Amino acid sequence: MTDTPQVFRILPEVILTVVGVLIMLAEPLLAKNASRKPLGWLAVLGTLAALAASFWQLQLPAGTAFYGTVQTDAFSVFFHVLIAGIVLATLLVTLDAADPDAENLGELFALTCFSAVGMMLMTSGVELLLVFIGLEISSISTYIMAGFRKRSAKGPESSIKYFLLGSFATAFFLYGIALIFGATGTTAIPAVAGLLTTSQTPLLATIGAAMVLIGLGFKVSAVPFQVWTPDVYEGAPSPVVGLMSTAPKAAAFAVLLRILYVALPALHSHWQPLIWWMAALSMTFGNLGALRQQNVKRMLAYSSIAHAGYLLVAFTALSPDGIAAASFYALSYATMNVGIFAVFSHAGGMGDRLTLVQDYRGLAYRSPLLGGALAFFLISLIGIPFTGGFFGKFYVFAAALHSGMVWLTIIGLVNSGIACYYYLRLLVSSYSKPVHSDLLDGIPPVTAPLLFALLITVATTLILGIVPGRVLALAKAGANTLSPSTSVSPDITASQQ
Amino acid sequence: MLNDSILSTITFVPTVGAIVVALLPRRGKLIQWFTLLISLLTFALTLHLPAHFQYGQTGFQFEENHPWITSPNIHYHLGIDGISLWLVVLVGFLGPMAVLASWKVIETHTKEFYFLFLLQQTAMIGVFVSLDMFLYYGFWELSLVPMAILIAMFGRNRGPQAAIKFFLYTFLPSALLLVGLIWLYAKTGTFDFVETQQYLSQNSGSIAPQALWWVSLAFLVAFAVKVPVFPLHGWLSDVFSEAPTAMAMVVAGKLGLYSIIRFNLGLFPSQSREVAPLMIALAVIGILYGALIALVQQDMKRFIAFSTIGHLSFCTLGIFCFTIVGLNGTVYQLLNHELSGAAMLILFGILYERYGTYDMGLYGGVATRLPRMATLYLITMLSLIGLPILNGFVGEFLILSSTFGVHPYWGAAATLGVILSAAYMLGMIQKIFYGQPSQLVANKTVPDVVAREGFALVPAVILMLVLGVASPYWIRAISGAVSGLAQNVAHATATFTTTVAEKR
Repeated sequence: MTDTPQVFRILPEVILTVVGVLIMLAEPLLAKNASRKPLGWLAVLGTLAALAASFWQLQLPAGTAFYGTVQTDAFSVFFHVLIAGIVLATLLVTLDAADPDAENLGELFALTCFSAVGMMLMTSGVELLLVFIGLEISSISTYIMAGFRKRSAKGPESSIKYFLLGSFATAFFLYGIALIFGATGTTAIPAVAGLLTTSQTPLLATIGAAMVLIGLGFKVSAVPFQVWTPDVYEGAPSPVVGLMSTAPKAAAFAVLLRILYVALPALHSHWQPLIWWMAALSMTFGNLGALRQQNVKRMLAYSSIAHAGYLLVAFTALSPDGIAAASFYALSYATMNVGIFAVFSHAGGMGDRLTLVQDYRGLAYRSPLLGGALAFFLISLIGIPFTGGFFGKFYVFAAALHSGMVWLTIIGLVNSGIACYYYLRLLVSSYSKPVHSDLLDGIPPVTAPLLFALLITVATTLILGIVPGRVLALAKAGANTLSPSTSVSPDITASQQ
Repeated sequence: MLNDSILSTITFVPTVGAIVVALLPRRGKLIQWFTLLISLLTFALTLHLPAHFQYGQTGFQFEENHPWITSPNIHYHLGIDGISLWLVVLVGFLGPMAVLASWKVIETHTKEFYFLFLLQQTAMIGVFVSLDMFLYYGFWELSLVPMAILIAMFGRNRGPQAAIKFFLYTFLPSALLLVGLIWLYAKTGTFDFVETQQYLSQNSGSIAPQALWWVSLAFLVAFAVKVPVFPLHGWLSDVFSEAPTAMAMVVAGKLGLYSIIRFNLGLFPSQSREVAPLMIALAVIGILYGALIALVQQDMKRFIAFSTIGHLSFCTLGIFCFTIVGLNGTVYQLLNHELSGAAMLILFGILYERYGTYDMGLYGGVATRLPRMATLYLITMLSLIGLPILNGFVGEFLILSSTFGVHPYWGAAATLGVILSAAYMLGMIQKIFYGQPSQLVANKTVPDVVAREGFALVPAVILMLVLGVASPYWIRAISGAVSGLAQNVAHATATFTTTVAEKR
C-alpha cells in the first residue's frame, strides 16, 4: 500500500483545483467582451479528466493517504464519479444557457470546479475535520453561485439566505464534531466506533451525533431543516440549481452514511428512529408542498425535499443493502434532476424567462426534443419502470421492506402516488395544445453542449432503469467497504431455505 | 429456433418500430404506412403462437427465462398459457385496426402519436407475456404513460384533465401493488410468478394470513381500477370521451381482468374465495348500473363507456364464481368485448368524422343515406347484445349459466342486465339510423364506408361471426389453463378449511 503515491488518492481533486485556478487566472486576462466559452470547455476537459481519474482510482488498492485522512475505496469512487458526472453535465448546460460574454462567467466555471473539489473531499475524507473543510469549500462555492444573477432581486436574496442558514448549519456540524471529539478523543471516523464503546461520556457523542445530523440534514434539505430550499432554488440560475439540488446532497448523504455506519453504529438505536421520522416527514411535507406550486423551480425544490426523504428511507434499512440503495438512489435522482434542469435552463436561459407551469404549455409542440426530454425525466421522477427513478425507488423500498419497515414503505409509496400529480401537471401542460406565446418563441435553437448534456443524462437514466447490474455491483461494493461484516440482514436466498 | 424467442420478438417489434418512427421524416403518410406495416407484422407474428401451441398441455409455453438483475433476484421470464395466448393475438389483431381508425383523424403530430401508439403495444403485450412479476409491473406501469400523453395531446376539449385523472386513478393503487410485490419478494426471495405460486401454496402456514390478505387486497384494488369494477370506474367515461379512438379501444378491460385471473386467482386462491361475495355483488351492481346509465346517455362516447362497464362486469362475475365454465366464459367474453367494443368505437369514430358530433340526439335516419355503415353497426351491436350465432352470446351464456349454478339470485339479477343492454343498444341504433333524417343528416352529403374503414371493420365483423359459431376452437386452449385455476381455488379452500379446522 505504501507504494501507491499519496497524491493518487486525491488525483481528481488535484486536477479540478488546477483547472479552477487556471480559469481564475485566465478570466481577467480576457478582453471584456471576449467569449468566455473557451474557459467553459477547459472546465469540461478538466472534469472529464477528473472523471477518468476517479474511475482509475477503482483499481488502486483500497487504502488511506495523508496520515489517514483520505481514503479511496469503492464507496468514494462511486460518489466521485457521481459528482464529476453532475459537474460535467452542469458545465455543458451552463455553456448552452449562458450568454458567452456575460460578466463573471469564468468565475462561475471556476466555482463549479471548486465546489466539486469540496464535495469530492467530503466523500473520500475519513477525518471529520477534513470532511468539514470539504463541506466548507463546497458550501462557499455554491453560496456564491446561487447569487450569480446579481442584478435580479432574487439572486442576492437567494445567496444571502443560503449563506446565513448554511453557515448556521455548518456551525452545528462543527460543534457536533467537537462533541464527538470530546467523547472519544479522536476525529478519525474509523477510530470513533472503537473508542465510543470505552468512552466515559457517551452522552456527549449522542448529542454530537444529533448535531451532525442537523448540519447534514440542512445540506440535504430534509424536514425540519428544509425551509430555505424553495427560495434559494427560485433565485439561483437553473444550471446552478441542477447542480445544487444533486451534487452537494449526494456528498452530504455520503458523509452521513460514512459517519453513521462507520463511526456511530453503536448509537444505531438512537439515530435510527430520528431518521425514520425525518424520512417520513420529508416525503410527506415535500410532496404536499409541491402540489400547490405554480413555479416550476419551487415545485422541484419541494420535490427535492421529498426525494431526500425517499433516500433517507434507505438509511433505516439494514446495511449493507440500505447503503447500496441510498447510493444508487443518489445517482438516479441526480441524473434525472440534472437532466430536467438542463431542459429548464435551455428553455428559460440563465434569467428564467419561463417560470410557471403554464409557461411550459405547448413546449412539446414547439420543440419535440425538449418536450420529449422533459417528459422522459418527469416520468423517471414519477417512478415509472424502465427508468432510473423507478429502480432507485424500488431498490430503496425493497431494502426497507426487507428490514421490516412496512409502514415507512407504505408512506413512501403512497407519497410517490401523490407526487405523480404535480409532475404530471407539468408533463401534461407541455403536451397541451399551445396558446400563442412569446415565451416559447424565445427558446433558442438546440446547441451541441445541450445535446451532450441530454445524451449523458438520458442514457444514464435509461441504463439505470434497464440494465442497472454493473452500477448496483459498484454500489454494493461501496456499501461493503462501509459496513463489511455487519451483514445482519440474512441473505435473502438463505432465509428461503 | 423461433419458438424460443417468439415472445420477445412479438413484444419488442413495436418498440423497434417506435424508434424508427421517431427517426422518420414527417412527410406525407410515410409514418402511417410504416406503423401499419409494423402492426401487421406484429399481428402476423402473434399468429405463430396458436399455430404452435401445445393444446392440452398445462403450464406455460414458449418460455424464455434469463437472469436480468442478480440482486434483487429478477429474471426476464416470459411465457404464455391458454389465457394469455388469445389475449396476445387479440392485441395483435386490434393493432392494424387502430392504425386504420386513426388514419385520417390524427393529422397533426403523427410522429408523436404513432411513436406512443407502438410503445403502448409493447407495454400491453408485455403485460400478458411476463411471468416475472417485476417485469410484469414494469409493463403494467409503462402502459399508463403513452395513454396519458395521448389523451392530453388529442383530447377533444378537456384532454389534460382527463389524462391526469386517468393517471392518478391507476397509478395510486399501483403504488400499493408495488408494496405488495416487494413484500412478497421479501418473504419468498423471488419475483417469479411460478415460483411464488409454488411457495405460497406449499408454505401457506409460514406467512401470517392477515398480512397475505392485505397483499391480495392491494393486488385486487389495483387491477379492479383498471377493469374498472363498479365503484372505481370514475375515470372511464372521461377517458373514453377524450381519448383518440385507437387508445380508447384498448384502455379498459383486458389488462385488469387478465391480471385478476392470473394473480389473484393464481396466487391468493383462498383470499379470492373470501372476497368473492363482495366482488359478485359489485359485478352485478356494475352490470345494472352501467346499463341503466347507458340507457340515458346522449353522448356516444359516454354511452359506450357505460356499456363497457356493464359488459366487463359480466367478466368480473364470471371470475368470482370459480367454475371452469364461468372462467372459460369470462376469458371468451373478454375477447369478444374487446373486439366488438373496439369495432363499435371505430364506428362511432367514423360517424364523427363525417358529421362532426357525438350527440345522438342530432342524428336520425342515417340508414337510408349510409346503408353499408348501418349494416356494420347492426352486426356489431347485435354482437354486443349477445345474439346467438354471434360471439357475445357464447361468453354471456357461459357466465350466466355458471352463475345460476352457484348463485341463482345474483344470476337472475345479472340476466336483467342482458335485457337492459338490448334495450339501450337497440335504442341507440334506432335513434341514429332510423326514423326521419334529422336536419344534420339531411343537409350534409357524406360518403359511405370507404375502403380503408372496410379493411379495419370487415375482418372484425367476420371474426365476430366466426367466434360465435366456432367457439370450441378457442375454448380448447382457454379451458386447459382455467381448469387448473378453478381446481386451485377449490383445493386452496379445502386445505384452508382443514387447517382452520385443525387449529380448532
